[in-house]
Amino acid sequence: MRYAMAIDTNKCVGCTDCVVACQTENNVPIGYCRDWITETVDGTYPNIEIELRSERCNHCDNAPCVRCCPTGASQVADGGIVITVEDECIGCGACIESCPYEARYTHPDGYVDKCTFCLHRVKEGELPACVAVCPTKCMYFGDLEDPNSDVSKVMKFRKYKTLAPEAGTDPHIFYLI
Amino acid sequence: MSTNRRQFIKISALGTGGVAMAASAYGFAGSFLSVFDSSDEKKSINMKRYPTYCEVCFWKCAAWTHVNEAGEIVKIIGNDDDPHCNGRLCPRGTGGIGMYNDEDRLKTPLIRVKAEDGGEDTFREASWEEALDLVAAKMKDIGDYYGPESFALLKHGSSGKHFEHLFKSYGSDTIGEPAYAQCRGPREAAFATTFGSWVGSPEPTDIRDTKCLVLIGSHIGENMHNSQIQEVSDAIDKDVTIITVDPRASTVASKSKYWLPIKPATDIALLLAWMHVIIYDKLYDEAYVKKYTHGFEELKKHVANYTPEWAYGITTLEPAQIRKTAVEMANAAPAVIVHPGRHVTWYGDDTQRERAIAILNGLLGSWGKRGGFYLKEKIKVPKYPHPPYPHPQWSWENLGEKYPLAQMGVTNELVNASIPELAGEHEIKAWFVSGTNVTKSIPNKKVLEKAMDAIEFMVVCDTMPMDVTGYADVVLPECTYLERYDGIRSATNREPSIALRMPAAPPKYDSKPSWWMAKEIGERLGLGDYFDFDKYEDVIDWQLQKMGSSLEEMQRIGVKKFPRTSGPMYFEDGEDFEFATNTGKIELFSTELDELGFDPMPVYTPHPEPEEGYYRLNYGRAPMHTFSRTANNPNLNDLMDENVIWINPKVAKNWSIKSGQEIYLKNQDGIVSSFPIKVRVTERIRWDSVYMVHGFGHKNEKLSRAHGRGANDTELISNVKIDPLMGGTGMRGNFVTFLTDNPNLVES
Ligand code: SF4
Ligand code: SF4
Ligand code: SF4
Repeated sequence: MRYAMAIDTNKCVGCTDCVVACQTENNVPIGYCRDWITETVDGTYPNIEIELRSERCNHCDNAPCVRCCPTGASQVADGGIVITVEDECIGCGACIESCPYEARYTHPDGYVDKCTFCLHRVKEGELPACVAVCPTKCMYFGDLEDPNSDVSKVMKFRKYKTLAPEAGTDPHIFYLI
Repeated sequence: MSTNRRQFIKISALGTGGVAMAASAYGFAGSFLSVFDSSDEKKSINMKRYPTYCEVCFWKCAAWTHVNEAGEIVKIIGNDDDPHCNGRLCPRGTGGIGMYNDEDRLKTPLIRVKAEDGGEDTFREASWEEALDLVAAKMKDIGDYYGPESFALLKHGSSGKHFEHLFKSYGSDTIGEPAYAQCRGPREAAFATTFGSWVGSPEPTDIRDTKCLVLIGSHIGENMHNSQIQEVSDAIDKDVTIITVDPRASTVASKSKYWLPIKPATDIALLLAWMHVIIYDKLYDEAYVKKYTHGFEELKKHVANYTPEWAYGITTLEPAQIRKTAVEMANAAPAVIVHPGRHVTWYGDDTQRERAIAILNGLLGSWGKRGGFYLKEKIKVPKYPHPPYPHPQWSWENLGEKYPLAQMGVTNELVNASIPELAGEHEIKAWFVSGTNVTKSIPNKKVLEKAMDAIEFMVVCDTMPMDVTGYADVVLPECTYLERYDGIRSATNREPSIALRMPAAPPKYDSKPSWWMAKEIGERLGLGDYFDFDKYEDVIDWQLQKMGSSLEEMQRIGVKKFPRTSGPMYFEDGEDFEFATNTGKIELFSTELDELGFDPMPVYTPHPEPEEGYYRLNYGRAPMHTFSRTANNPNLNDLMDENVIWINPKVAKNWSIKSGQEIYLKNQDGIVSSFPIKVRVTERIRWDSVYMVHGFGHKNEKLSRAHGRGANDTELISNVKIDPLMGGTGMRGNFVTFLTDNPNLVES
C-alpha cells in the first residue's frame, strides 16, 4: 500500500477550500495551516501562464524530516504516510528546518504538526477532507499500488510533475499538468 | 459631517445589559434529532448533524452542520443530494462556521442615544422588549402620519423574506434589494426581453455538457458560485473550449483556450462583431433561427458594418481572433453558452450588452438545448395562510416608473426618494435594512449618506456590526443561519428540489431569528393574523406536509428532490415552443424596446476613458469572500485578510511603486480611500486599469479583524451611470490615481 495524491493544475482555481476544510476537520488553529495555495505567473501581459496549486506535505519516500528527528516522533505510518506523534515530539523544530516544502509548523501546544493525509478518515475508507471538499474535484487520492485507485487511474493517462525533485526526497504529491 | 444627525457611530455600548425573552419563543429544538445513519457509524464519532442551507452567499447550498458532544459546531459539510453543491461547499460555506464563532457579533439590541450639544451619538444596550416596542411604535407613527408606504425595506437573503412579509402586511411594498439594481438586474431585464424568461439563480446554464463556454468579464472560479464552478471543472475534463473576455488575466482566463484581453468598456463592440461574423459567414443555426426567432433580417442589416476590423479599432482584439472564436462557438453549437454573467452593472448600457449576449445565444440556438441553457424548473412551496395584504397607494413600482424594464425595486431610486430635494411625488421617511450592508453595496456614498441623514428613523438587522449599523437608530442582532429555522429553499434547477434549514445550536448571545422579530413587531402592530403560528417550524411543517413531506422527514434528509412536471429539460427537434415575448419568439429585434422608444437592437457607444495618470477601477470577487460580509469571519479572514490593488508592472515602474507598498487611491472626483491598500504588481492586469477585490476597508472598529484592512472600492465609485432601461447603477466608469504618501499627514 502506498498512498499518494495527484492534483490537477488545469482545474485548481486556488479557492483555498482545501485549506479551510483541513482546518475545520483537523482542528488546525486559526493562523496555521497544513495545506496552502501557490500561484505562479510567467510571461508578460497578455502572454502569460498562471498555475495555481494546492500544496502540503509530500509524504516523501526519502523523508529528511523523519531522518533528522532526534526522538523518532517523525515517522512513516502505514501506506507511506509521514506523521509526527504528538507525545513523542519535543518541538525542537529540526524537521521543520529539513523539509524543502515548508510543510511543517509548530502547533501552539508545542508539538510539530503537519498534513496526515487525514489518516483518521482514510482508515475508515473516507477521502481526506481536502479531497472531499474541493469544488473542482481536482484532487485524486488513493493507493498507488492499486491500479484501480483514483490516483493510479488518472496518472496513467496524464502528464505530471513533482515539486523540488532535485531535493531527492521522492515526493508523493503529483501535479497533473 | 459631524453636524449630521445620523453621523456614523461605532457600536459601543453605554448602559445596561439586555433582557432575554422566554427561551422557548425562538424554537431551538436540539434534542430530538437522530445521530448519523447507523449504517455509517464511522462518521459519527458521537457527532450530531443538522440540515441547513448556507447563507454566506446567495447560492444557498444545502449542508450538514456537525455538532460535537459538547454541543459545539465543529464543521459544515455539503449535502451529497443537493444539486447546488453536490456534497461540496465552497470555501465560504466551509468557513461559514466563522460567522457563528465570530466574537465581534452583534450581541444585544442597541438604541441610539442622541448626543447633547454637538457631541457624538452613542448606542446603549436595550432589551428586546424595548427595541421592538420602539420599532413598532415608529412604524405605527410613520404609517399613521405619512402612510406605511413611506417606510422602506432594503433587504437581502433569507431574513429579508420575513421582513418582506411584515412590510406587506403593514401596507408597504416600498421594497428593494441591491441584488437587483447593483448586480444582476440588467441581465434579467435583457433575457426577459429576448427569451421571455429571467435567467434566475442558479443560472440554467448547462455547463457540464457544454462544448464551448464564453465568459464576458465573468470570473467563475474567483466567484465561487458553487455548482457552476464544479460544472466548469467537469467540462474541462471533457475538453471544453473556454473563451474568456476580460482585461484581467482572471483565474478562468488561465484555463481558457482563448483569452481575449479586451480594452475595458468595449464589450458591446466585440459582441456585435461576433454577430456579424456568425450571420455573414452563415455560422448561425438556420433552422433554429427560422423556427424560434423574430427579427433576423433586421439584425442582419443592423450588424452589416460591425466587422471584426471595425471592432479591432475599439476593442484592441485582433480581427483574426474575433473570427476564430466565432467559428469555435458555431462549431460547438448548440452546446455553447455565452454566459450572462451575474454582477453586470458596469457602464450604464448594461441591459443592452446583456441583450447582445442573449441575441448571440439565440443565433447559436443554445436556449433549450443540451450544453446550452436548459429549461429550468422549481417546485412551488405552498403559501402559509394569512389574510390578504392591504393594497399600498404607491410602491417600488412608482419609484422606478421611469425605468420601463425594472422588475424589482430600484434601490438607488429608493435612496433618491428619501432625500426631499430629489424625491418626486412620493417620499420615503424611514428605512428598515436587513442583511445588506448598503454602504458597501450601493454606490455614490454622498447621496446615500444624505438619504440616511434625511430619514426620520432607521432600523438595521444584521449578525455583525457592519458599517451600516453605525447609521441606525435601532440595531437588531440576528442569529446566524446555523442557529435558526428559515423558509424552505426552493430554487430553479434541472430538477426541482427543496432544502431545510434548522438550528444546530441555540442562538449565541442575545441574538434572535428574523422570523421571530418580524412576528413580534407584527403582533405589536395588531397584525397578529399574519403571523398565525407559534414557531416557524410550524409553518415549515405545514408547508412540507402539503408537499408530501414533513418536518420530521426533512430533518432526516435535508434535501428532497421532486420529478419534473413541465416536460423535458431540452427542446425536442423541431418542437413548437411559445416564448413569453410579444411575438412568442426569441426577439433578436425587440418589439418591446422598439415600442418603448429604445434601441431595439444593441448599439455600441464609447465610454469615457481615464486621463493620463488615472486607471480604470475594476473590482471583483475572491473565492473565500462574498459581499462585504465575510471580511471579519475568523476562518475566512485567515485565508485573505485584506484586499490589494493589482497594478501592471509598467505602470508600477513609472510610479516607482513596489509590491507590498501601501498607497492611497484617489478617484476622478477627488475622493481618497479611507485606508491605504497594498500593491500587487502583476502581469495579470492591463496597463489602463487596476483591480481590487470588493468588500474590504471596513470602518467600524468593532470589526476587530476587518477594520481598516484594505480599501473599499464602493467609496471610490462616485460616478454612477444609470441604465435607462432598468435603473441599474453602472459602476465601472471610475478612475483612480495613486497617492504614495499618506494624504492625511500631507494635509495636516
Ligand atoms: S479546494 Fe481544490 S480548487 Fe480549491 S484551491 Fe484547493 S485544490 Fe484548488
Ligand atoms: S490530507 Fe487532510 S491533513 Fe492533509 S492537507 Fe488534506 S485535509 Fe489537511
Ligand atoms: S456557494 Fe459557497 S457561500 Fe454560496 S451558498 Fe454555496 S457554500 Fe455557501
